[in-house]
Amino acid sequence: MIQTDLCIIGAGPVGLFAVFEAGLLKMRCHLIDALPQVGGQLSEIYPQKPIYDIPGYPEVKAQELVDNLMEQIKPFKPTFTLGERVDHLEKQEDGSYIVTTSDKTQVHAQVIVIAGGLGCFEPRKPVLDNLETFEGKGVTYMVKNPETFRDKNVVLAGGGDSALDWTIYLADVAKRVTLVHRNETFRGAPDSAAKVFDLASEGKIDLILSANLKEISGNGKLDSVTLTDKTKNEYKIETDYLIPLFGLSPKLGPIADWGLSIDKNAIEVDTRDYSTGVERIYAIGDINTYPGKLKLILCGFHEAAIMMHSAFKYVYPDQKLSFKYTTVNGVNAF
Amino acid sequence: MVKFTVEDQDGNRQEVEAPTDMGFSLMEILKASEYPILATCGGMALCATCHIEILEGPDELGEATDIELDQLENLPEYFPTSRLSCQIRVSDMLEGAVLKLRGEDVI
Repeated sequence: MIQTDLCIIGAGPVGLFAVFEAGLLKMRCHLIDALPQVGGQLSEIYPQKPIYDIPGYPEVKAQELVDNLMEQIKPFKPTFTLGERVDHLEKQEDGSYIVTTSDKTQVHAQVIVIAGGLGCFEPRKPVLDNLETFEGKGVTYMVKNPETFRDKNVVLAGGGDSALDWTIYLADVAKRVTLVHRNETFRGAPDSAAKVFDLASEGKIDLILSANLKEISGNGKLDSVTLTDKTKNEYKIETDYLIPLFGLSPKLGPIADWGLSIDKNAIEVDTRDYSTGVERIYAIGDINTYPGKLKLILCGFHEAAIMMHSAFKYVYPDQKLSFKYTTVNGVNAF
Repeated sequence: MVKFTVEDQDGNRQEVEAPTDMGFSLMEILKASEYPILATCGGMALCATCHIEILEGPDELGEATDIELDQLENLPEYFPTSRLSCQIRVSDMLEGAVLKLRGEDVI
């Protein structure tokens, strides 16, 4: 089990900066994020977009801000669990918490900081009967380990960059790859689209255009996918796996089940220290709400600083907190 | 001001009035009217959570731009007159239009 002072749920800009503020008070942090990389929506949705309202930066690209935050918190040696969603929080007798992720990683922390932004990014699912019953039994929304698909029949659905990229990659790994796309053309990177058309004309993959997923079936495990084309003809394809790739969308997810006070998908907090109604659990950044709340990165930074001073008492119950400016002592690493 | 009709995910229709001279996008008006739209990216046409379908209105209103299509094509389902409401300026073109909320990412 991972031992830490603070477990920060969400590794977006606010979660990252919280590590800095915690570090100044000698508190260690472990961050968990459902996405496979840090940066939250900045890295996932708009890495190349400029942001103009970060104090001290007239203009900074979203990914650049994330990279700079990672550099800024380096002295405090944060640790990360990425690509896993926090599913459970369990309060211990001494008041501390054990956090368990979707992949059963466990973290023991004195304080929980929820910096979850809009929630966790989860795959968009096509509307198909029984889809959920085949999840993990042939239906998967992410290629975590390509070797899973070696010498298997795989159907991918979607027309974006990830559908194109994985089709190209899996063409060399899987026994047979079929890409199903609802249109005649792709809007993804032209190079990737051209490569997919080449693979299809060489007979290395099956490309089925102007077609949609209609149903899936199997006996305990997926064994076929039925498609319809624009003239409503149906095709049944035998397959071991179906990978629908229709992008990601944020969902509040399990956070809603932790007994916190939630209003319109946000956690209500006390603005004195951004604490939730549950002791030792704080919420900062876009995930919280209070009268006058503004969903701005800079407001999240402010909230992180304030909340760390409140959380100190749980990590160092016998010590008195003394406030110091970084200009006096610099940033003293652990 | 323009008036148009919004049909929510449950099929309920309601008339909405919006100013045309404040530079608002349709997404901003829908959010301000407390419709359950996430608008994750804040209006950059990067997330498709403000997806709507134009049911009635001028043809031009139902024509998605290239940057909208880039997002719409990634969705499990979209329609011939699908738009991202963040890319629609509130203008007289909306007068009398009927639109349906299609974002599956409801709050």
